[in-house]
Amino acid sequence: MSDMRYEAPKTVEAAVALLAGASGVARVLAGGTDLLIQMRGGRVEPALLVDIKGITEMTSITEEKGGFRLGAAVTAMEMHEHKAFSKAWPGLTEAAMLIGSYQIKGRATVGGNLCNASPAADSVPALIAAGATVSIVGPNGRREVKAEDIATAPGKNSLAKGEIVASFLLPPRAARSGDAYLRFIPRTEMDIAVVGAGINLTLDDKGVCKQARVCVGAVAERALVVQAAADALIGTTVDDAALERMGAAVSAACRPIDDKRGTKVYRIKVSGVMAKRAAAIALNRARGTN
Amino acid sequence: MAKQHVSTTLNGNAVEFLCESRQSLLDVLRDELHLTGTKEGCGTGDCGACTVNVDGRMMCSCLFLGVEAQGKTIQTIEGMANGDKLHVLQRKFLEHAALQCGICTPGMLIAAKTLLDHNPNPTEVETRYWLAGNLCRCTGYNPIIDAVLDAAKELRGA
Amino acid sequence: MSAVITEKKLKVVGTSPDRPDGVPKLTGTAQYGADNSLPGMLWGKILRSPHAHARIRKIDASKALKLPGVKAVITGADLPDQKFEYLGAERVAVNFWHMTRNILAREKVLYEGHALAAVAATTPAIAAEALKLIEVDYEVLPHVIDVDEAMKPDAPLLFEDMITRGIEPPPAKPSNISKRLGFKLGDPNAVFATADEVVEMSFKTAAVHQGYIEPHACLARADADGQAEVWSSSQGHFVVRTFTTKLLGMKTGDLRCHASEIGGAFGGKTVVYVEPVAVMLSKKTGHPVKIMMTREDVFKATGPTSGASMTIKIGVMRDGKIVAAHGLFKYQAGAFPGSPVMNGCMCGFAPYDIANVETVGYDVVCNRPKSVAYRAPGSPISAFAVESTLDMVAKKIGMDPLQLRLKNIAKIGTPTVFGTKLAHAGFAETLQALQKHPAYNAPLGKNQGRGMALGYWFNGGGESSATVNVNEDGTVVVATGSPDIGGSRASTAQMAAETLGIPYDAVRPIIADTNSVGYTQATGGSRVTFATGMTVINACNKVIEEMCVRAAKLWKLDRADVIWEDGSARPAGKHAGAFEPMPFKAIAAKRTATGGPIVASASVNAEGQAPGFSAQFCDVEVDPETGYVKILRYVAAQDVGRAIHPKYCEGQITGGVVQGIGWALNEEYIYDKNGRLENAGFLDYRMPVASDVPMIEAMIVEVPNPNHPYGVKGVAEANIVPPMAAIANAIHAATGKRLTDLPMSPPKVLAALDA
Repeated sequence: MSDMRYEAPKTVEAAVALLAGASGVARVLAGGTDLLIQMRGGRVEPALLVDIKGITEMTSITEEKGGFRLGAAVTAMEMHEHKAFSKAWPGLTEAAMLIGSYQIKGRATVGGNLCNASPAADSVPALIAAGATVSIVGPNGRREVKAEDIATAPGKNSLAKGEIVASFLLPPRAARSGDAYLRFIPRTEMDIAVVGAGINLTLDDKGVCKQARVCVGAVAERALVVQAAADALIGTTVDDAALERMGAAVSAACRPIDDKRGTKVYRIKVSGVMAKRAAAIALNRARGTN
Repeated sequence: MAKQHVSTTLNGNAVEFLCESRQSLLDVLRDELHLTGTKEGCGTGDCGACTVNVDGRMMCSCLFLGVEAQGKTIQTIEGMANGDKLHVLQRKFLEHAALQCGICTPGMLIAAKTLLDHNPNPTEVETRYWLAGNLCRCTGYNPIIDAVLDAAKELRGA
Repeated sequence: MSAVITEKKLKVVGTSPDRPDGVPKLTGTAQYGADNSLPGMLWGKILRSPHAHARIRKIDASKALKLPGVKAVITGADLPDQKFEYLGAERVAVNFWHMTRNILAREKVLYEGHALAAVAATTPAIAAEALKLIEVDYEVLPHVIDVDEAMKPDAPLLFEDMITRGIEPPPAKPSNISKRLGFKLGDPNAVFATADEVVEMSFKTAAVHQGYIEPHACLARADADGQAEVWSSSQGHFVVRTFTTKLLGMKTGDLRCHASEIGGAFGGKTVVYVEPVAVMLSKKTGHPVKIMMTREDVFKATGPTSGASMTIKIGVMRDGKIVAAHGLFKYQAGAFPGSPVMNGCMCGFAPYDIANVETVGYDVVCNRPKSVAYRAPGSPISAFAVESTLDMVAKKIGMDPLQLRLKNIAKIGTPTVFGTKLAHAGFAETLQALQKHPAYNAPLGKNQGRGMALGYWFNGGGESSATVNVNEDGTVVVATGSPDIGGSRASTAQMAAETLGIPYDAVRPIIADTNSVGYTQATGGSRVTFATGMTVINACNKVIEEMCVRAAKLWKLDRADVIWEDGSARPAGKHAGAFEPMPFKAIAAKRTATGGPIVASASVNAEGQAPGFSAQFCDVEVDPETGYVKILRYVAAQDVGRAIHPKYCEGQITGGVVQGIGWALNEEYIYDKNGRLENAGFLDYRMPVASDVPMIEAMIVEVPNPNHPYGVKGVAEANIVPPMAAIANAIHAATGKRLTDLPMSPPKVLAALDA
């Protein structure tokens, strides 16, 4: 069996240099809640493991440009415990807090959830709905992309060799905004989303929705941004009829598969249901009535 | 490759060990340090039998590498009682018959203790969600929940 | 056999003291199957088939053997072959020709995960690497997973020469049907025509796993003289000894088996998987060998219980009297014969007094792991079908489902379909206790429904042994051969303390190894508190007799002039009052002067067990948009005979119910088109977690068994029988939709709602 080198650099640049210079399979270790399972199952045998939890930018939440910079290796529990962040982005925080047990929540990170590129990742639809920008550092420096541009297919992402996701920038929060994420699982905990829906919306001072983003998970090869669903909300007071149209638009956009976690028919219907219920929560948050 | 040298604080003691870089903390605890109180139920973070506390947070030690323990403070079931004095949670588990086979018990106790460290007065529902990552196949959970809530009450002095 | 002790007030029995083995389990020092190690130990790992069905053309281990650190590789060829014969009572028959092939495959692999070779190496990592170097040449064959498919004439055959047993004359052609069996009482087919209403329904259930949290593990060491020792996690270390010695051609006395602490079993650890392999590897290498299964191994290669396909027909009069019933039960055996279909045929209608009943069962092999006992094996499956059908019968005649059952409940003397008459009371009493629960008539909200069902289990007797050693300070050590899977040390100590008249904490119960105590059957069938309890009581009574002899000696009286009362010897008859009573402790202290060690052993082949009976109702709420079923309330009444340790009795009831909830709602074996298991882990197997269930309300009903000194019936199993039907009936009440296919997972419920 091959030996594995373990490194725990202190800066993003050092991590990038290690990854860029690796000759064999190299992996970034954040929470390890996906990677260590893959390693145990023999699905990946890295020659180099770069543990990024010692890097300050990647493990902290800071206020920036009126918004928040969220380190890619910040755990779900840390997001939950960060009062200002979880108040501004309750939907994203709750989505991250749905990842596994409390044991897992203390380890799992949004960066890992995104880069692992599971279509069912819970934090990803919420992150995309939030309009987050991803800060990627690589051998050629830093670049910024939208959250929806990272995952490309199950287990595949758009990062080049040597690149890592360092952090996310969550935009400044407009007044009367709210986000929410709901997923369906057959139990109450410990499952992978059968479908998931993230909603982020902003109301004007008359209570009319002026901006909305809708993103659903586990219904395609990656999280889907459904513009038609957002359009169904924008310009409305997010009344029942608008919610129905939004849910229908979500269901129409889904292209799921039958698998051990759910059927195609089921996912199409329930994705709309979850989106409606999530939108109702986001609406209450935007109205300040939650 | 030579084994890695790791220094930790384990159950209050300075402990050093050597491990392979791929070795999980669970395997290090059981096979290198002979602390077999931490159990393996699945190896994939789905059962909680291997739960330990690392720097105040509970973790599945099967999803944590031995090398990551460098500089960390770890508590396992072996460090829960104070000499021959059981922790309140251990005593309440005994009184409530909250263990049948006992294989989930060490992980359940570490998880319950971490809960009470965070939240001294949890509701039944909060307790059930906090412990959702710890499978028990014997009890149906009734006596475990009773024991944790009873221990919380005693610890609060209520 | 003595009558139930009712005349005197019991001091220890009926209380819930702390278990004597609790502290090591709370502090992490208790040694479970994987916790044992020995110096010089090697690590064993097992190579498993990636195919559902394949002929093994060749196994080449030469590369693996060359890997530094690898000490041995074995295959099925290293084990002696066994005679093809079914041994033991039909209900639990074993065939070692099959068993040796399940331990290590020979001609064919019959399911994904089927073991076919094993290595011993100096580290787990080297052992794992060695498995990758073993080259196997497979001829992949067509496979069959579903029981109805496997019964078709053109199905791929697991055994090309399998002729169905139980059909006269025997069929000419081989099939996957191992056995047909049936029971008949009266003439149901003639009587259906006279019934006011007849309901006929078909059902399917999925294979489900016992789901114990501790994977199978053992440690073995073998000596060059042919003797060996095993520490393993098993419900019966005597079973481990019997099976392992038979499979390896050893003398029984040459294998000493120790019962490790056991991390859950529920029937799944009544057979051997890793033990013979570890002993053989240890023999070959001269080193101790430890083998631990992974969770994936446990799901793929150890026994789930059967999935089944069933059809039930019930004829009823308008007044609620059931006049005829028929049940057709087709159970998956897995890769080798031996599903619990016979139990299913016997238990399904057992709660009821029906004059005309017929049950027909088929035991069918398919490319799945060999089924193994799971809590009341076979009964929950047939009960799901029968109790669901009864619910529809009640609807059809407009009768309350509990009243329907009460009207037809079996009583002492009721003939059963399997030929005996019910000898015990308790069924009606349990049902009436449930009926009196204040919530049974409580109002329900929108999308909510209430369902109920009953469950029957035989409970067990059989062979058990115990030795009681009296110590000089008046404490006693009680050694039994029954592994403690859920608190039986406590009940053993309670019965001993009660019988001897000494304090509970003066009794130290231990589980002795196979070569230190008499033969004892496995902990299973809800038999331990009944049968092992009885032998402990018998041994304690022998100790009392000896204590009286010793007291007589000290008092210089005849034995006949001494009686035992309240834990003390007393002079009696004409000598009454001549001496102060001599307590147990005082006599124990004088053992050397009165004849030496005070020891008594007893063994029984216990008969007279009484059936277990459970009556349950639950309230559910169904989400009309997602099909999610939430359990709002669950009430389970069960006749335990007498509760020796009420808290552990409640624990058995709540535990069994929650397993049943998992079986009802989400648990199942999911296969892909290649016959590979897709959910071989806790993540996607979906057992209930703490937040999935409410507090289960356990109601202990005590109708004592007259054949046990303390009235014990047994408590561990009947509780898992009703939940699947109770929940299906509640879903029907909430939605008007009848679910007939387990599990009733959200996609299936939503599909039914949208149909």
